Amino acid sequence: MAADTGSYIKHHLTNAKMCTVDGSVAFNKACADAGFWTLHIDTLLWSLVLGLVFLLTFRSVAKKATTGVPGKLQCAIEMIVEFVDTSVKETFHGKNPLIAPLSLTIFMWVLLMNAMDWVPVDLIPTIAGWIGATFMGMDPHDVYIKSVPTTDMNMTFALSIGVFFLIIYYSIKVKGLGGFTKELTLQPFNHPAFIPVNFILESVTLIARPVSLALRLFGNLYAGELIFILIATIGLFQLPVHFLWAAFHLLVIPLQAFIFMMLTIVYLSLAHEDH
Amino acid sequence: MNINVTLIGELIAFVVFVLFCMKYVWPPLMGAIEERQKTIADGLAASDRAAKELELAQSKATAQLKEAKAQAAEIIEAAKKREAQLVDEAAEKAQAEREKIVASGYAEIESERNRAKEELRAQVAALAVVGAEKILERSIDAAEHSDILDKLVAEL
Repeated sequence: MAADTGSYIKHHLTNAKMCTVDGSVAFNKACADAGFWTLHIDTLLWSLVLGLVFLLTFRSVAKKATTGVPGKLQCAIEMIVEFVDTSVKETFHGKNPLIAPLSLTIFMWVLLMNAMDWVPVDLIPTIAGWIGATFMGMDPHDVYIKSVPTTDMNMTFALSIGVFFLIIYYSIKVKGLGGFTKELTLQPFNHPAFIPVNFILESVTLIARPVSLALRLFGNLYAGELIFILIATIGLFQLPVHFLWAAFHLLVIPLQAFIFMMLTIVYLSLAHEDH
Repeated sequence: MNINVTLIGELIAFVVFVLFCMKYVWPPLMGAIEERQKTIADGLAASDRAAKELELAQSKATAQLKEAKAQAAEIIEAAKKREAQLVDEAAEKAQAEREKIVASGYAEIESERNRAKEELRAQVAALAVVGAEKILERSIDAAEHSDILDKLVAEL
């Protein structure tokens, strides 16, 4: 049982991989040596599907948006948009047409990806295993699928590195290359002798932002998903426990999306601040 | 650590999603929200204005009503005065008329009585003459004794 449980958990936590070996496409175990050039197709698939769900829903509402009495879906979406807009306006006091849509995209996308947590842990792997076995002649144990994209560090780092690029870009754009360099080297000790110390301190501060953003989201969701998988191994008792844990995720899922969005706004607003 | 090329794929997806959201999602939604906010604010302001106008109109109407009431009272007062004056005038006129009529009546009666008296006197004289003639027969010459007769007539 212990070995079974171990392999069960491992199976659920393994991404579906795709890579090229000797010029042809290979999957999963064949990709063990592919290193960096491996693609997690489940992460990509689910994140793209969820991103498109978000964008197409919002786009269809935006196209039909009336300025008169709105429908229920329009109301719901406008509530989210208003919520994001308020958060941005409270924190970011500049004029930047990118920040608000960026925040909305981050919030909704991360929210939807986190929400995949609620899908019963065996549902998608079982369906995928059945499809793999029936249509592709694979061993169902060799079909891997991880349906929560935010439990993949590639996903969370992609988001945070995107934000990091924006921080650098706006720091240089607003303060100029000289201003940004000064900020990195003349703080917190404004003396030429301290330039190396300052640079080390400020670099750590700067680098810590994307790293903490990505790891916070990844850690929370990975741990949450891991517990869901552990609960799934305890037999019949899993039903009430599973319910409790899922109810708890009512907090975790939107909270993590909100934190990611809020910190993005804060970091970008710091990047816009001229000392 | 499982960092691999997926990260670059997700990064590209992220950029594309944000750009799409910035171009095709955020502006129309925000535009609709802001326009509706403006409409609602305008509506509220208009209703405020209308309420103020109503209040103003009401106070104006009250003032006008008061003024009209005062005017009506004034008019009624004047009419009453005029009425009393007319009645007085009419009464005075009627009194004068009556006096005139009564006076003329008296005068007529007087003249009638004088005439009747004159007539009666003449007739009595004639009767007296006739009576005396009959009593005295031819003894009395009318022409001779006319002066006595005249004296008699005058005594009547």
